[in-house]
Amino acid sequence: MSTTQPTTAIGKAANFTENRVGASVLVREFGRKIFPSHWSFMLGEVALYSFVIVVLSGTFLTFFFHPAMGELHYEGPWVPLRGVEISEAYNSTLAISFEIRGGLFIRQMHHWGALLFVAALSIHMLRVFFTGAFRRPRELNWIVGVLLLIMGMAAGFTGYSLPDDLLSGNGLRIIDGIIKSLPLVGTYVSFFLFGGEFPGIDIVSRLYTLHIMIVPALIIALIGVHLVFVVVHKHTQWPGAGHTEKNVVGEPVLPTFAAKGGGFFFLIFGLLSLISALFTINPIWNYGPYDPSPVSAGTQPDWYIGWADGYLRIVPGWFEFYIAGWPISFNINSALVVMGGVFVAMFVYPFFEAWLLKDHREHHILDRPRNNPTRTAIGVAGIIFYCNLWAAASGDLIAVFFHMSLNDMIYIFRFLFFFGPIIGYMITKRMCIGLQRKDRELALHGRETAQIIRLPHGEFLERHEALPANKLWKITAFESPQYVPAEPNADGKITGAEKLRARLSRFFFEDRVAPVSKQELDASHHDHHEVGSTDQAQIGH
Amino acid sequence: MKLLADRRRHPMALVVLLLVGLLLTGGAYALFTQTSSAKATTASASDIEGGKKLFAANCATCHGLNAEGTRNGPSLVGVGAAAVDFQVGTGRMPLQANGPQAPQKEPQFNDEQTAQLAAYVASLGPGPAIPEDQYLDASKGDPAAGGGLFRTNCAMCHNVVGAGGALTRGKFAPNLSEVSDKHLYEAMQTGPQNMPIFNDANLTPEDKRDVIAYVNEVTDNPSPGGFKLGSLGPVAEGLFVWFFGLGAVIAITVWLSSRAK
Repeated sequence: MSTTQPTTAIGKAANFTENRVGASVLVREFGRKIFPSHWSFMLGEVALYSFVIVVLSGTFLTFFFHPAMGELHYEGPWVPLRGVEISEAYNSTLAISFEIRGGLFIRQMHHWGALLFVAALSIHMLRVFFTGAFRRPRELNWIVGVLLLIMGMAAGFTGYSLPDDLLSGNGLRIIDGIIKSLPLVGTYVSFFLFGGEFPGIDIVSRLYTLHIMIVPALIIALIGVHLVFVVVHKHTQWPGAGHTEKNVVGEPVLPTFAAKGGGFFFLIFGLLSLISALFTINPIWNYGPYDPSPVSAGTQPDWYIGWADGYLRIVPGWFEFYIAGWPISFNINSALVVMGGVFVAMFVYPFFEAWLLKDHREHHILDRPRNNPTRTAIGVAGIIFYCNLWAAASGDLIAVFFHMSLNDMIYIFRFLFFFGPIIGYMITKRMCIGLQRKDRELALHGRETAQIIRLPHGEFLERHEALPANKLWKITAFESPQYVPAEPNADGKITGAEKLRARLSRFFFEDRVAPVSKQELDASHHDHHEVGSTDQAQIGH
Repeated sequence: MKLLADRRRHPMALVVLLLVGLLLTGGAYALFTQTSSAKATTASASDIEGGKKLFAANCATCHGLNAEGTRNGPSLVGVGAAAVDFQVGTGRMPLQANGPQAPQKEPQFNDEQTAQLAAYVASLGPGPAIPEDQYLDASKGDPAAGGGLFRTNCAMCHNVVGAGGALTRGKFAPNLSEVSDKHLYEAMQTGPQNMPIFNDANLTPEDKRDVIAYVNEVTDNPSPGGFKLGSLGPVAEGLFVWFFGLGAVIAITVWLSSRAK
């Protein structure tokens, strides 16, 4: 127990902290965490940083925004609205835009930041999906991620509706319609939410509570869980020489990663500042106050709600029918079924794949997307499904700009709703298999050098160059799951569920391209040496 | 040149090359498609006879020799001078080809010829005349009142700030930012193409002047928030954040994770 008493001020401060909260454990555990360096691992960070910027700018906005729907006449500097009857919420948003110093900049930063937050979150999720980073032990963190996406959409939508301008009111009207289309309870829920008939005078203050307290609190809690999981599970890494399931190759949090991360935050901050200073977003002064009668051409939600809006735009009208005089508005409430279906599919996918493969091992090495063709193809099918609905929300603008008929656009989107994902699936799967075969070819026969040589007996050959070891490792050392036939359970019976699993498993892996085995690799090298080449270069055909 | 030669294999070279190419073609396109501005001349006294000749040569194929209408074009008896001034003055008529809607193009007739045509058609039957100057003076209008009228009557097709929008079957409501005050008024008065007619009982001449004042206010004034992205709303904003926002973000991530060579 020989302890040295600190003498310097910093030493004393450190000692003080250590004795009270045990900070050295944190520094030891967290500071030594290793993060691999790859650009695609930094996308989640972008979402985090934009969220921080959104919280900071949003706090500024709360100081000046009045979440109330009392009516007054606009007296501010924006001429096209002077004297018009508007709500307090809209008035204060106009004041933030034109009268509060720096208010418009902060408002634009808040909105651009929100768009970037959900965009970065989405592309981060795509990275996780396509590389198989959702597999055990990270299934729960994937679910937290999906919840964060849903909360991001909720935060965005409640914010979009606050300024009480024409655009936000139109968005709320659609939400009101969807709620009212719910069988039996719809009208009651709508009256409960709006405090009476739409639009009422309560909705802005209610959305405000959700927008600045409940939803952000949930997001912060979920981000906390998400980051704890990242530390507990350790980071995944790409396949490479020296990368195993038991190690992580990269840089420690302290000092490298933390310093880089801090700089990265300011780069994102700078980027958002630049965008917010130069580009208008949601010019509420253009839209005018909300009034249930007018709807502007080109009224769209923010991008992350677009796919739901797109579905409502292409769903056929005859989905609504009457049973004994009661309307069943399936043309509207089926949007909830589609959205719910997408989120449920995202929740269960990690468990589905584990069940399918009977693979419950931990995975820390990522898949290259081509090495799991069926998963990649399913992901692309999902992207096409989403993007088609997303584009359908802007069908009117596409029609104008590309001189198309709006009606034909709807038929195209309806066709792609069903067939787009299937076409995307088939093309992607073939591309992945083609890339795998190219990898095999490269591993076995090396790179084509375009040098033609002529042998003494007249034969022409192209010189092939063997890949360097690290590249060879990347394209040969990967796990390749394969078809697991139906297996009897403990009672010796093959259950129906097991038969289904086997059939799905065959669907997944019937076209599997096996990775290059060591024997094949050795044999190919052996062949080439027989031809009589130099040490480095080999000759193939 | 050595500086360039050294860098031609740089990964950014392709991007730079593309950018330069796009700028050049875009700049050249903008240069060659610039239109000479039409000279503003006062309409000459109505020369019905001249208008009749022009009509017979350019319009009669579809509208009939006496403007009585054929299967290919409506009767023009009673459409008034305002309709002719709008359709011919914005180049929509004579029609180049059948389509969902007559597009705006370079006017085919000069102001004098347009006035002659208008005088001829106006002589066929009573109809709305070319608006008086006092209703075209936007400075006398109230843009706030016009904004209310615009949102209620115009925005569902033309967008809240007149950026335009889609109609059914390939028809569309055009962008209003480049439309002259007179043509705005005449369009409201006569309802060209698929537009409804807003006659003087619907919107009084003073109301129309307010609408014109509003359109001028929102299309001529500089945007307070920076570049407008076409005033198209959240679609343009979403595209921007995905292509330029995320594009810049990915460039930053690649830069940060690259190793020193």
